[in-house]
Amino acid sequence: MALDKFFRRRRPQVNPPSEADTPDLWGKCPQCKENVYLRDLALNAYVCPNCGFHHRLGATKRAEVLLDGPIEIWSGRVHPVDALNFRDTESYPERLARAQAKTGRPDAILTGRGQIENLSVAAAIMDFEFSGGSMGSVVGEEIARAAERAGEEGLPLILVAASGGARMQESALSLMQMAKTTVALEALSKRGLPYISILTDPTTGGVTASFATIADVIVAEPGALIGFAGPRVIQQTIRQSLPDGFQRAEFLLEHGMVDMIVDRRQQRGELAKLLRLLHPASVGVAAPASVQSEQAP
Amino acid sequence: MTRPNQTRTTQTPTVQTLRELEARIRDLESTAVSTGQDLDSALTPLRAQLTRLRQQVSMTRWERVQLARIAGRPTALEYVERLTEDFVELHGDRAFGDDQALIGGPALWQGRRVMLLMQQKGRDTKDKIKRRFGSANPEGYRKAVRLMDLADKFGLPVVALIDTQGAYPGLEAEERGQGWAIAESIQRMSRLRVPAVCAVIGEGGSGGALAIGIGNRVLIMENAWYSVISPEGAASIIWKDSAKAPEAAEALKLTAPDLLELGIVEEVIAEPTGGAHLDVDAAAAALGEAVSRHLDELAGQSPEEWVSGRAERFRKLGAYRES
Repeated sequence: MALDKFFRRRRPQVNPPSEADTPDLWGKCPQCKENVYLRDLALNAYVCPNCGFHHRLGATKRAEVLLDGPIEIWSGRVHPVDALNFRDTESYPERLARAQAKTGRPDAILTGRGQIENLSVAAAIMDFEFSGGSMGSVVGEEIARAAERAGEEGLPLILVAASGGARMQESALSLMQMAKTTVALEALSKRGLPYISILTDPTTGGVTASFATIADVIVAEPGALIGFAGPRVIQQTIRQSLPDGFQRAEFLLEHGMVDMIVDRRQQRGELAKLLRLLHPASVGVAAPASVQSEQAP
Repeated sequence: MTRPNQTRTTQTPTVQTLRELEARIRDLESTAVSTGQDLDSALTPLRAQLTRLRQQVSMTRWERVQLARIAGRPTALEYVERLTEDFVELHGDRAFGDDQALIGGPALWQGRRVMLLMQQKGRDTKDKIKRRFGSANPEGYRKAVRLMDLADKFGLPVVALIDTQGAYPGLEAEERGQGWAIAESIQRMSRLRVPAVCAVIGEGGSGGALAIGIGNRVLIMENAWYSVISPEGAASIIWKDSAKAPEAAEALKLTAPDLLELGIVEEVIAEPTGGAHLDVDAAAAALGEAVSRHLDELAGQSPEEWVSGRAERFRKLGAYRES
């Protein structure tokens, strides 16, 4: 509990939910089934104070939890279009309109500049609340632009993945975003800037098979479902039940696929530590004395 | 499986007419060559008629998907046997194993040194099972990365033949990082300092196909498909019923002409009327000609141009509007 107090003190920027947002002041944690006072949940980075369950976050709340203060937003100018005239049980424009009304953003991504323990970073945050965080042309374009701008401005890039994968309604155009984001991230790589991805629940499909997993360092949130194929598809293929904990963050750490699992309440500290170590120049920290003395005549 | 038969019975009259016309043109052409006669006055109207008839043969998207899967459709190795010499298959990812769904190695492609990468579906039942019907495990993509390293080192242009329903969705594939392996392959291919020409020869299913699809040029056979998800996969997500795949195929706009219109491929390679399986030699000749032509066009560029050309090509793909 001491840790809780620590984070309450350090996190004044996490806005407690307003009465209008939360007509019910209490909610039930899906993991421990205990009643949780929602204000406590918000003040605890949306981690259950009882059992540590990491609740899914929309991009706005994620930015609040990840960054010291407000994000200077870059995204928002790029809007999705229905290039394929896609229609299933409803039309793609209808689906988009609903997701846009729900989230108040054009598509499933928020990018911008912010600070992590006073270090400037570029942030690209996927919004699971928008159509399951699915990746279409807009998500790909915004991630590509964020990577390029981070390169130009000499900023490390932090990407938060939360996505069911590529967006079916844009078919092959969605698929191509896997390639587009990859080539854009080269801009960052060539400048030697750090790229860190945080895989949150869930990160699957084309997102796992592209930009989310080519990061220099891959962080996962506890309990997050992370994989390429969905569990249901795998079950149909192998016709046997899947082991407990399959495709969870802990499983992936054990199999060597992620660098570390970091509790959401410790992420800023861990990220700042890493950024200072990997690339002092990009975060405005003086090079260590030993390096300077080596360069001296 | 009633649909393929329906397809054939409704199509046969037109396809038959087309094939007869093609045969007549071929005969006349070979006569012209062997006798030195000028037969253009006879050939020109026949060719025009052929073009007209071809446009009238309209197939649904689902019918094309079925042609891409039809028994006897040439697999990658059948093209390789006809178009290359001295193919030396190289095995293994040097870490876990040798994937038989994604194979490759150096070869002479119609006389040009290349590094081949391809998904191989298998020809008989035993072979198909061994190759998981062309669905690769992570070690397949990691082998591809290794072969791309060799391609760079020895200056071999990469030719990739894509034919997969998707990466293998298995438990062990996930344990070994299927998503990671595909992402690495995409990244490695984007960095190639040699030219790359890719051709979707049958099925282009999702990330498992794209993993070897980062070409300076991407071509597709007339009756191949390329999409973010298979029609069956889309149908089971949308309607919870994979039998609705025909509807999903229409919605996904996954055929070669669709992809050309979307700017995702540079060229559609014409197949013999009725599908590549009806005349494998002719299909191979068309594929060989197209790939060789693109390789030759790219040959004059520098490594920097190959890298930046590929990056620019993929950087601009997508559809959105700006405010």
